[in-house]
Amino acid sequence: MTNVSGPETPAIVAEDVRKAERTDRIVGTVQRQGALAVLVVVVLIALATFPNFRSFDNAATILVAAAPPMLIALGMTFVIITGGIDLSVGSLYVLGGVLAAWASQYGVLAAFLLPLAVCGAIGLANGVIIAYTRMAPFIVTLAALLGARGLMRAISSEGSETYLVQSDAFRKLGNGSFLDIGYQVWLVAALVLIGIVVLARSRFGASVYAVGGSEDAASLMGVPVRRTKVWVYVLSGLLAGLAGAINAAKLGSGVTVLGVGMELDAIAAVVIGGTLLTGGAGTIAGTIAGVLLLGVIQNLINQVGNLNSNWQQVISGAFLALVVVVQTYLARLRRVT
Amino acid sequence: MSTETMATRPVVDAARIRAWLPKYGVYAAIVLLVVYNIFFTPYFATWSNLRIQLIQVAPIVIVALGMALVIGTEGIDLSVGSVMALAAAFIPLYLGYGVVAAILVALLAGVAVGLINGILVARVGLQPIVATLALFVGGRGLAVVISEGKLVDIRNADFLYLGSGDLLGIPVLVWIAALMVLVVGFVVRRTVFGRRLLAIGGNRPAAELAGLPVKRVLITVYVVCAVLASIAGLLSVARIQSSDASSVGLLIELSAITAVVVGGTPLTGGKVRVLGTVAGALLMQLVIATMIKHNLQPSTTEMVQAVIILIAVYVARERKTR
Repeated sequence: MTNVSGPETPAIVAEDVRKAERTDRIVGTVQRQGALAVLVVVVLIALATFPNFRSFDNAATILVAAAPPMLIALGMTFVIITGGIDLSVGSLYVLGGVLAAWASQYGVLAAFLLPLAVCGAIGLANGVIIAYTRMAPFIVTLAALLGARGLMRAISSEGSETYLVQSDAFRKLGNGSFLDIGYQVWLVAALVLIGIVVLARSRFGASVYAVGGSEDAASLMGVPVRRTKVWVYVLSGLLAGLAGAINAAKLGSGVTVLGVGMELDAIAAVVIGGTLLTGGAGTIAGTIAGVLLLGVIQNLINQVGNLNSNWQQVISGAFLALVVVVQTYLARLRRVT
Repeated sequence: MSTETMATRPVVDAARIRAWLPKYGVYAAIVLLVVYNIFFTPYFATWSNLRIQLIQVAPIVIVALGMALVIGTEGIDLSVGSVMALAAAFIPLYLGYGVVAAILVALLAGVAVGLINGILVARVGLQPIVATLALFVGGRGLAVVISEGKLVDIRNADFLYLGSGDLLGIPVLVWIAALMVLVVGFVVRRTVFGRRLLAIGGNRPAAELAGLPVKRVLITVYVVCAVLASIAGLLSVARIQSSDASSVGLLIELSAITAVVVGGTPLTGGKVRVLGTVAGALLMQLVIATMIKHNLQPSTTEMVQAVIILIAVYVARERKTR
């Protein structure tokens, strides 16, 4: 800005630009991969200090526990990159679990299709209302949080009835493993890979970033803004329903008391993973690191026998604050240089 | 309901109704519900029922007032439930030093949380939802750690008076909530601070250019919100006569935001409707009470609440685009 050009400035300017670009790249990388870096450090420390952490079984346990939150956070990443938010996922997760457990009496396929259909439909309603009435995503999905929880209670006799999974095959899907790693983990890994490709390489992914970056600009460029918004909420609903279904398969029943506050945990994981709530930026790899980081912290706290398990929340909150503060400073540094 | 009137009257009146509905729709809905209940619900129009409803809604009103101020600055505060839990956790620890000491410590906890939220929002520049999310997650954990996860019965009569006592025949809790409504209403309407708050919420860059102490006002707003939440927390403890950090104020942030939004305060800031917020809280409480009296299940109540929120926000949205 201050470079008033004289005859000898071009070289200096070029040097400045190169320097700025380098800072920009470093800051950007740290911002994007910060959660991953912290995760690696935490895991290394844990490996060195906790003998029980080192076992393969423990790693598998962490991954299986992280599977449902991972799916929810995956959908949330898409929503947040468009500049939106989805508070209904915790309710949809529980609803999906109850529906899956109930539907399992009609076979494995029904156990998956019913929660996907219902939760997808609620996601669709969210998306259509948000995209076409321009009501705040926060409020629309807050209403969906209440509505979906009401629906869940209505079909479970006010939460008192627990549907047991009737299908052995469905339960096996939840508890079985391939190469000693749970089926759920494989499923999640596959979906995450698809998510990464879709977000980074597809036209839809480009639209998601464009809508979050600047809705008006995206609209002018011919990006289908409304359709993109509708789809991210459908995606979020579907993934939350699926997360509920695989959890029901694991537990063998549709538990009605889960999921409270889960939407905020998912948002926390996404934010720790470097996705900005202002939209337009973020990666799925970051989100995965965010979910795993929270999972590893929980696992470590469980390992320290004398440490009250309530510390988990305190430490997660502190981590969240630390990471977002660092991110904000980095973002500012980037803008200045 | 209004389509009929709109069709039979000239255009001017239709426009008037459209302008009237977002402003007074909440009050109209309350009146309709009350009239309906008086005629069709047994034991509704009794003093004891009114008492119960008011006592139940008082803490939500107090939290929602603070939330309305924060939303007026285009912010949001997800940590209010955790602040209530923190206040609840401190009460039994310090009640041995006297009621005043216990209350002061609970209020101080609110001040501390509010300062952290406010500094993260105003100085660090975090988005309010992220800044307060950290304490939403960590605050309740801390409260449970402090209380060692125990549910503690409270027997101090002076303290319990706050939650179950009467003054001139009206519950103390209700007096306190009413006082808070008056104070917040006065601050918003009649003070420089209130005007600055609205200016910041309306257009922050402009407020900065105009030389308003933006950061200070924002920090104060978050402190006020958290202190109101800790008041609600200690009153809840006094009402339930026990302190349980894992359940006090759970999900109240959603009830408070609902009350504010249904009351006509836009999430986009620049406007605070104090009486509307009270009305929003009362309406939601009335809906719940009505459905319970008619033996409708909580599931139905939740779905109806969802619809009310959507209608209220949709109606308010129309006015903004006009």
